[in-house]
Amino acid sequence: MDLKLTEEEQKFREDFRTWLKENLPKEPLTGRSEDDPNYWNQLRGWQKKLAEGGWAGVSWPDEFGGRGATPIEEALYLEELAVCDAPERAGVIGEGLVGPTIIAEGSQKQKEFFLPRILDGTDIWCQGFSEPDSGSDVASLSTKAVLDGEHYVVNGQKIWTSFAHMADWCLLLVRTDPNAPKHKGISCLLVDMKSEGLSVRPLRQMSGDAGFNEMFFSDVRVPATNLLGQLNEGWKITITALMNERANLGSGLYVGFKKTLNELIERSKTIRRNGSPATKDPINRQKIAQAYLELEILKLNSNRALSQITNNATPGPEGSILKLYWSEFNQRLVQSAMEILGEQAQLKDFDQGKWIYRYLRSRGNTIEAGTSEIQRNIIAQRVLGLPRSY
Amino acid sequence: MHFDLSKPQKLLQESARTFFKRECPLTRVRELMETGNGFDETLWTHMVDQGWTGLMLPEKYEGLELSIVELAALAEEMGRACTPSPFLATTWASVLIAESENTPIQTKYLKAIAEGSCMATVALQDAESGWNPNLVATTLQPTDNGFKLTGEKWYVLDAATADVLLVVAKKRDQLAIALIPRNREGISIESTPSIDETRKFSQVKFNEVTVSSEDLIAVGGQADKALQRSMHVGTIAVCADLIGSMQWMLETTVEYAKTRKQFGVPIGSFQAVQHQCADMLLLLESSRSATYYAAWALSEDDPASERAVSMAKAYCSDSGREIGNRACQVLGGIGFTWEHDLQLYYKRAKGDELLFGDATFHREELAKQILND
Ligand SMILES: Cc1cc2nc3c(=O)[nH]c(=O)nc-3n(C[C@H](O)[C@H](O)[C@H](O)COP(=O)(O)OP(=O)(O)OC[C@H]3O[C@@H](n4cnc5c(N)ncnc54)[C@H](O)[C@@H]3O)c2cc1C
Repeated sequence: MDLKLTEEEQKFREDFRTWLKENLPKEPLTGRSEDDPNYWNQLRGWQKKLAEGGWAGVSWPDEFGGRGATPIEEALYLEELAVCDAPERAGVIGEGLVGPTIIAEGSQKQKEFFLPRILDGTDIWCQGFSEPDSGSDVASLSTKAVLDGEHYVVNGQKIWTSFAHMADWCLLLVRTDPNAPKHKGISCLLVDMKSEGLSVRPLRQMSGDAGFNEMFFSDVRVPATNLLGQLNEGWKITITALMNERANLGSGLYVGFKKTLNELIERSKTIRRNGSPATKDPINRQKIAQAYLELEILKLNSNRALSQITNNATPGPEGSILKLYWSEFNQRLVQSAMEILGEQAQLKDFDQGKWIYRYLRSRGNTIEAGTSEIQRNIIAQRVLGLPRSY
Repeated sequence: MHFDLSKPQKLLQESARTFFKRECPLTRVRELMETGNGFDETLWTHMVDQGWTGLMLPEKYEGLELSIVELAALAEEMGRACTPSPFLATTWASVLIAESENTPIQTKYLKAIAEGSCMATVALQDAESGWNPNLVATTLQPTDNGFKLTGEKWYVLDAATADVLLVVAKKRDQLAIALIPRNREGISIESTPSIDETRKFSQVKFNEVTVSSEDLIAVGGQADKALQRSMHVGTIAVCADLIGSMQWMLETTVEYAKTRKQFGVPIGSFQAVQHQCADMLLLLESSRSATYYAAWALSEDDPASERAVSMAKAYCSDSGREIGNRACQVLGGIGFTWEHDLQLYYKRAKGDELLFGDATFHREELAKQILND
C-alpha cells in the first residue's frame, strides 16, 4: 500500500498546473449557463484551448489525441480543474462517454471525424437514452429506426436529455429489431442535432434550470454510416458507456462538494444560534464532522477504485457503489447545510439563493445516471451475486 | 498510487485467516467466551510463534518491524474470526512502551513481549474520564522515595492475564505512565463482564500502590505523545477488527439470502433484502477505505493522520452496528438465536464501537480540528 503519488503522477499534475497557470481564463465567464448561446460559445473556447494545450480527452490513447492518462491521473486532472474554479468543460459528455465508446466500437471513419471535434469543442454531445416510458428500464425503449437505403429513419421520443438544447450531436439508442428480446434489438446511432424532423423542447427542472429536454423524432434520416458498432449490439455498448459514466463522475465531484462544505463551515461561524455561533452547537458540530468524514471517505473510495482500475482493467459494476455513495452523500450534505444555516437559508436573497439551488438540485442526483434503487440492484445482483428477480 | 494491500501484506492476511480457522474456530471461541479470562495459552503461544506479538516492534527486540498497515491486515482477520486473545491489550501496551523513549524499560520489556514471556495492558479510563486522558483523576502522590498510586480504572482489557499494567495517572498536573507488575501490593482486579464476551474487561483498583521513579516510563509531554500514538494504533486495530466482523456478517447474510427460500424463491431475490445487502457492502467497503488510509497515514507519520484516525473510527463504529442490525434482520428468527454465530459478531461490533471512543466522541474530536476551536 502506498498512497503517495508516483513520480509520473506528480509530474502529470505539475505539468497541468503549470499549463493552467498560463491558460486559465483570467475573468469568470459571463452569462448564465443553461440557455445562453454566448455562454456556451465561451465554453467551446475554453474546450478548444484545452485541446490545443493537449489537455482534452486526457484519458484517451495518444493516437486519438489524448495523452493516455491512467484513471488516477484523470482524477488528478479533474481535481486541478475544480480547485482553480475552471469553467465547466463543454465536452464533458463527449469526452467522458461518447469518445471512449467511439474509440472502443467506432469505425475508422467515425474515429477520424468525431474524435477531434469532441476534443476541440466543435461538437457538444448529448445522450439520448431515456424515454417517457423507458427510464430505469432503458432496454424497453421504443424509439425505432428502420433502414431505408443508405439511411436509418428514426421515429419516437426521448426525454430528460441533458444539454440537448445546446448539443450538436446525440448518442441515440434506438430499436432496430422489434421482434428480438428487448436487449438484443437495440442499436446505437450518432445523430446530428440539426437533422430535419428532430425538435427539442426544454424542460424546466425543480431548481428552475432548463437543464434537460424532450426530443421528438419524426422521420429523421440518419446516414447508415452513423451506426456505432454492430447492428443490434447497442445494449452492450450502452452498458460500457454507463459504467464509464459512473466511474468518471465521482472523481471531479469531490472538490465541488469540498467547496460547499467549506462555505458551510465559514458561513455557520457567522450565524448565531441561542446566543452563540452555530458552530458551538454540539449537534451542528456532529453534523459538520459527519459531512466532513463522509466526504473524505468519498474521495478515498474513489481513489481506491481508480487504483484498482489502473492496476487491473476496465471499470466494473463496483462503479455503482461510488454512484450510490456520492449521490446520497450530497443530499445529506445539503440537508445538513439547510438545517445548520437555519431559517434564513430559505430566502432567495441569502447567499444569492445558492443553498436553495444546491438543496433542490441534489434531488436529481439519486435519479440521474441510474437511480439509487437501480444501483442497489446492480450491487446486489452483479457484485454480491444475489438472484435476479426481474 | 497503490491503494490496496501489497502482495506480502495480502499473504500475511491470508495466512492469518487460515491460522485462525485452524487454531480458533467459532466452537473454540464459544468455549473461551464462557471462561473468566478468555485466555487460551496454546493459541497465544502459537500467535507468539508467528511473531505477531512483536509485529511492529524493532528487530533489535526480536520484533518483525512491520508497519501499522500489516497490523490492520492482521487485526482484520482476528475480527473475522472473532478471536478472544490479549493481542489488542498487549499491542497497545507494547506500542506505548516503544513510543516512550525509555531505553531501560524498552530493553527489559519489549523483547519479552515479542517473545511471549510477558503480557501487558494499559489502564487508561477512570470512572468518568471517558477516552480523554486529560480527564484522568488517578493520582501519583509524591512520597520520600517515590510515589503512591491511588485510583480506580475501568474497562481495562485482559487485566487478569497481564503480567504488567501501564497505568495512566496524574502527577501534579502532568500526565504520567507507570509500569507496574499486576501482583504488586495494593492492586485489586475484578472482572466486569460486558456485552462482548470475547473481550474481557476488568475494573482495577489501586490503593496507595508504591511506585518508584524508575517505574514511570514517561511523564508530561512525552507521556502525552506516546499515549496518543499508541491510542491511534489501538484505534486502527479496532477499526480493522470491525472490518473483519462486518465482512463475516455480510458474507454470512449474502450466503443465507442465496439459499433460504420463502414463497418458493430465495429470499435474496426480494429487493427489500437485496438493498439491505447492497447497503452493507457500501458501509463495509467505505470502512475499509477509511481504515486502510488511516493506517497508511499513521505509518507515514502524515500530518493528516490524527484526522484520519477519527474519521475511520467514527465511520467504522457506526457501520459495524448498522451492518449487524441489517444482518440480524435478513437472517430472520435464526439470526436472533444464541445458537447462530451472528450473536458473537453482533456483540463484538457493539463492543468495538465503544473501544477507543465511539462515533460521537470521534466526530467531536474531528470537529475541534476542522473548526479550529
Ligand atoms: C438531472 C437529470 C439529468 C438527466 N439526464 C439524462 C440524459 O442526459 N440522458 C438520458 O437519457 N437520461 C437522462 N436522465 C434520465 C434518467 O436517466 C432517468 O430519469 C432515470 O433513469 C430514471 O428513469 P425514470 O425517470 O423514468 O424513472 P422510473 O424508471 O420510472 O423510476 C421511478 C421510480 O421507480 C424506481 N424503480 C424503477 N425500476 C426499479 C427497479 N427495477 N427496482 C427498484 N426500483 C425501481 C426508481 O428507482 C424510481 O424511484 C436525467 C435525469 C435527471 C434527473
